Amino acid sequence: MTTPGATEQLKIVIVGHVDHGKSTFVGRLFHDTGSLPEGKLQQLQAISERRGVPFEWANLMDALQSERDQNITIDTAQIWFNTKKRQYVIIDAPGHKEFLKNMVTGAANAEAALLLIDAHEGIQENSRRHGYLLNLLGIRQIAVLVNKMDLQEYSEARFNQIATDYTSWLKSIGVEPKVFVPIAAKHGDNIATRSAKMPWWNGPTVLETLDSFKVSESPQDQPLRFPIQDVYRFDQRRILAGRVESGSIRVGDRLIFAPGNKSSVVKTIERWNAPTTDSAHAGESIGITLNEQIFVERGSIAALESSPPYELTRFNARIFWMGKQPFRKGRSYKLKLATQEAECSIEAIEKVIDASTLATVSRHQNEIFVGRHEVAELTLQFKKPIAFDTIGEIVPTGRFVIVDGFDVCGGGIIVPGNYPKRTADGSHRSDNLYWSHGKVTVAQRAGRNGHPGCVIWLTGLSGSGKSTIATELERELFNMGRQAYVLDGDNVRHGLCSDLAFSPEDRRENIRRVGEVAKLFAGAGLIAITAFISPYREDRHLVRQMVADDQFIEVFVNAPIEVCEKRDPKGLYAKARANEIKEFTGISAPYEPPTKPEIELRTGESSVAESVGRILEYLHLQDVETEISI
Amino acid sequence: MDYLSKLEHQSIYLFREAFNKFENLAMLWSIGKDSTVLLWLARKAFLGHVPFPLVHVDTTYKIPSMIEYRDRLVKEWNLQLVVGRNHSVLQEGRTFPNGKATRVECCGTLKKDALKTVLEQKHYTGVIVGVRRDEEPTRAKERYFSPRDKNMEWNVEDQPPELWDQFKTDYEKGTHIRIHPLLHWTELNIWEYIERENIPVIPLYFSNEKGERYRSIGCYPCTFPIKSQAKTVPEIIQELRQTNTPERAGRAQDKESEDAFEKLRRDGYM
Repeated sequence: MTTPGATEQLKIVIVGHVDHGKSTFVGRLFHDTGSLPEGKLQQLQAISERRGVPFEWANLMDALQSERDQNITIDTAQIWFNTKKRQYVIIDAPGHKEFLKNMVTGAANAEAALLLIDAHEGIQENSRRHGYLLNLLGIRQIAVLVNKMDLQEYSEARFNQIATDYTSWLKSIGVEPKVFVPIAAKHGDNIATRSAKMPWWNGPTVLETLDSFKVSESPQDQPLRFPIQDVYRFDQRRILAGRVESGSIRVGDRLIFAPGNKSSVVKTIERWNAPTTDSAHAGESIGITLNEQIFVERGSIAALESSPPYELTRFNARIFWMGKQPFRKGRSYKLKLATQEAECSIEAIEKVIDASTLATVSRHQNEIFVGRHEVAELTLQFKKPIAFDTIGEIVPTGRFVIVDGFDVCGGGIIVPGNYPKRTADGSHRSDNLYWSHGKVTVAQRAGRNGHPGCVIWLTGLSGSGKSTIATELERELFNMGRQAYVLDGDNVRHGLCSDLAFSPEDRRENIRRVGEVAKLFAGAGLIAITAFISPYREDRHLVRQMVADDQFIEVFVNAPIEVCEKRDPKGLYAKARANEIKEFTGISAPYEPPTKPEIELRTGESSVAESVGRILEYLHLQDVETEISI
Repeated sequence: MDYLSKLEHQSIYLFREAFNKFENLAMLWSIGKDSTVLLWLARKAFLGHVPFPLVHVDTTYKIPSMIEYRDRLVKEWNLQLVVGRNHSVLQEGRTFPNGKATRVECCGTLKKDALKTVLEQKHYTGVIVGVRRDEEPTRAKERYFSPRDKNMEWNVEDQPPELWDQFKTDYEKGTHIRIHPLLHWTELNIWEYIERENIPVIPLYFSNEKGERYRSIGCYPCTFPIKSQAKTVPEIIQELRQTNTPERAGRAQDKESEDAFEKLRRDGYM
């Protein structure tokens, strides 16, 4: 049960150039809203008197000794106060450029911002830099307070001039300020009450402005993102712990875990000392159990099959750098995105920007880095695929930090790029990709080569003669002046498919990739010859569907298993019989013969030359003059 | 989501980050309302379990009912307890109640040094502490994941950035990280949550027959009760909504000098 009167809470950050009056403003705001602890004002006034210095409102926030000595805010401090509408957490962020990482810390945790500009000094370097960073950090609710109006004789013209100038700066970086308010923090003008000194001002006071801001909620309406934070086994159950970052998760949902192809169904949602429910929503830290025990680790992002994140090895980003050492190309860094950690490096820097002027920072050609307090547009690359969204799609999985050594040194947002998206079943990607056609037609290629491109897919038991026929066929075709190439199983496993093992899924993926490569070769006008056992009808059918109807020539290399076992060129049958190889096709795993192959070769009865001849015959090839024969 | 739930879910997230990132993790337990809420949130995060030891720094000057309460919860909630004491200083009697140390010196040896000894002996690299930003201005500058150097010192001028719930979880050997899952809570929030979750707290917080209650609990020579008629949790909430007196007003060691507390904290005090 919540106590009546419990209310909402809004976090605001106060930013602006050094000495533009942030801490003074906060001190005054507290006083004027009756939020000061009893005796605090008197205590600080007494300290000032004892030291023989004038009392400063700023001392309220700048409570640390070192700050009182320098009269600047070093770190970000938080303090609470209430209006009739709700409770506020005020984050006072330092204005010194040197303390940018503290300003970022303060601002990144806020829902709205008040940016102070000194009416007397006008717009300064950090007025602009902070505006830029607020936008980068995702703060959309921004009010600009034009402070120290008392030093400008409360001039409406001066206020309008600053408002106009600063609005055009904000617009140039895509920010729409909510409102400008003229104030004199020191005297409380337009803070809690309307100033008698500025009768020309009809807009809101600061308090009214604050109350008009909205409390941010975690994105409920967006696709589910549930980054796995940890896996617990406190009892016999395996619980995946994490916070729902966006969308909702329900018992019975089929989840995919990105990056990777794992998938399972939500069995339960786990909480402690809370009502049991079968769903959880953005912002909730929960646990889940799954129907099947699959291996999932911290870093995986669970999503629904219908709207998965991107999974790629590079993305485009806009970053800001706070590290003492620059962010350099050629070095690797640790990137943290939600609960994922990945090794990353700079692929290319589009441009480095001075955030206070938007000017591009020029560098020598061989000096590729982002310096301290600079902002950059760049492309990051990864050794392994990383799961992400763009900042415009889903915020919590569209931003990241970069760790150099022991320290978080940079932050960034992922900007749109031409990213292919994986689709539901995890083996087909992107609905935004199109097959692009060149200017050379299929017919032109066929005309030059004297034959169309095609895929000759040899299938059959181990030892049936596939490889022998394939290499002999390739040699014959070459000698005939034809463009032919054998895709060899072992060769493919060394490179293209080096990440695959021999599980049924991996075998299937191996065949799919070979099919895709064969298709590209055929598209290039080549005769692509493959020699894989490819025991499953479904897998071969998948490849047949990839290429044009008349381009796929399925060749069933049919030899009785006794013949194959007797040949046993690699000694594999012997091992399979001795149970040293599990799931060996023909012995302990099935071979599904083609039902309607284009060609069937009975290699138990016919010679290699006869078999090759059958295929050449099928291709209707005429011999042409060649310069080289082998 | 209501704001208490927001605070709660953020704290759970912090607990889980700490548990994942630190192999040798412990939590300080002062028996007070904050560290009891902290313990409750740990059980929320780990679904009823507390998968790390609790360290209680015992000055031997704690109010006796606090120790009884501690031992009862250890049993009922199946907790691992580690008690730290500065034996040599206690033996030599160099304490404030004995008149042989100032209040601040006494805090320094009995709490800070005792804590340092426990951390060194047990090699803890992550220490969960229930401090809140609204308690006093020095704590207002804290981070959720706050590094301490080899001498346990806090470099307040050069703190790590914290953004988007990414924290400092990489640290040099010999240093440790303090984790503050309650940093964003206020005193009022703590009591509202105690009410919502029906969390047992030590009776010292409720008004006694003399019309007094403790608002903040520590060692009896340096902690004083306040005048209050609040006998129940809702009455405490009501009282806090109206008061302008700071929470630690009854804690004498904070007031020895203008920056007494800040100096203690820089040196490694919680």
